[in-house]
Amino acid sequence: MNAAVEHVAFSATELLVVAIARLLADCRHVIVGASSPIPGAAALLARACAGGVLHVDVLGSQRHNHFTNGGVETFDLAAQGRVDAFFLGGGQIDAEANINLVGTGDYPASAVRWPGCFGSSHLYFLVPRVILFREEHTRRVLVPRVDFISAPGTSAPGVYRPGGPWKLVTGLGILAFDRQRKRFALESVHPGHSVEEVLDNTGFAVEVPPHVPHTPSPAPSVLALLRERVRAEIAETYPRFAATL
Amino acid sequence: MIVDVDSLVSGIADGTKLAIPQDAAGVSMAATRALVRRGVRDLHLVCVPIGGLQADLLIGAGCARTIETSAVTLGEFGTGPRFAAALKAGTLQILDATCPAIHAALQAGQKGIPFIPLRGLLGTDLLTARPDWKVIDNPFAPGDAIVLLPAIVPDVALFHAPLADRHGNVFIGRQRELLTMAHAARRTLVTVEEVVARDLMADPDLAPGVIPATYVTAIAAAPFGAMPVKFRDDYSQDDNAFLAYVAAAANDAAWSVWLAAWLEEAGAVSA
Repeated sequence: MNAAVEHVAFSATELLVVAIARLLADCRHVIVGASSPIPGAAALLARACAGGVLHVDVLGSQRHNHFTNGGVETFDLAAQGRVDAFFLGGGQIDAEANINLVGTGDYPASAVRWPGCFGSSHLYFLVPRVILFREEHTRRVLVPRVDFISAPGTSAPGVYRPGGPWKLVTGLGILAFDRQRKRFALESVHPGHSVEEVLDNTGFAVEVPPHVPHTPSPAPSVLALLRERVRAEIAETYPRFAATL
Repeated sequence: MIVDVDSLVSGIADGTKLAIPQDAAGVSMAATRALVRRGVRDLHLVCVPIGGLQADLLIGAGCARTIETSAVTLGEFGTGPRFAAALKAGTLQILDATCPAIHAALQAGQKGIPFIPLRGLLGTDLLTARPDWKVIDNPFAPGDAIVLLPAIVPDVALFHAPLADRHGNVFIGRQRELLTMAHAARRTLVTVEEVVARDLMADPDLAPGVIPATYVTAIAAAPFGAMPVKFRDDYSQDDNAFLAYVAAAANDAAWSVWLAAWLEEAGAVSA
């Protein structure tokens, strides 16, 4: 590999897409929910890299969505354990990985109202690897305690819960959630950002190992796949996003 | 029965429990405008499983008393602005839900059974907000708590589909939640892009994607009847119309002006 190839420039969005795609490498079936262009591109990139062994369904897409039983099919599949990974976000995410998609302040007359829980109150329990994705990494989003629990990060023993939070990917880094200890640990920091920056912008305590690596830069071959095949594929569902890639 | 759009919505009385689909499945904006023009009140909207521009507009126009939904979103344009404003003002009753709960409760309605269990939900504030949802111990495996949801039986299901025939059959393709809505609802009202002369049920390729006339109360032709919402691969979302909507919906005065202008428009529906 020559120096010119090693230094292919990439955008912050491309780094996120490639980092998330890496997390999906050994999945067999990934579903991407509504309004999720970066996870959608990441799942399609993971599929392109996997050479056909990864099933991806992008909700809102006609061509990259293989459901024939209506909107219920996603949830039926998840409840049967047929979905390996799904993405959730949240207006607020807290120290114990509880997520809030409903709003701030006193429910139901929320000071700020977000759209609603979508499928989170079900899928967070059932999909083994839920990746929390929220590009904004601030104390406004990453709060000590959410105002409304759309879906809890952990459950009491005895609650049927094969799934739950696995990673939290933000614009600053990647955190891993430990379900036993109910806390996040910093796994990597994106190039151009620092551990201090992550901690300053997180509204709760995060475990920091002695050495925190940078999130790996995208390989040139992967970037090429993203910019050609995946860009064209995601454009069907998210044309404006694809134009920014 | 093939009727015009005004006649179609004349069957939606004040207080109707009205099931409407998510954007991707086919939203009847043509019927929505006719409904708002008529000044319908106190609707109980059931969004299957989320609402978009249609739900937000019905709320903003003062047509809805209650909304049962897993979200009201205008996609990249954010939370439904009139929905959020109505909640803040306390003028709208909200039954927050989660997508599979609405699907499952409609399936219970379709089966004619009183309730249905669903995984998840335990420990959420959503469950606290829904006292009509009950937690029981699994009778087949004690020690396994599970949530029960009462069946949803809409008075009316209202949606937009590509094709209908003169016999009253409606082609929905793979948007199967429309079939569930029609099965669960007491009456089903549909606008379509086109009414064709041939019998859709007679075509073995189409028949698996057809709602038989048995379930369909009335149909009205409304070309481009989902606009400015996207409709399958037929037409995409009109982003400019959404931008204008969101800008107007940000304050009460601008909203009234926008709504009056929208109701005045004749012919093809555009917001």
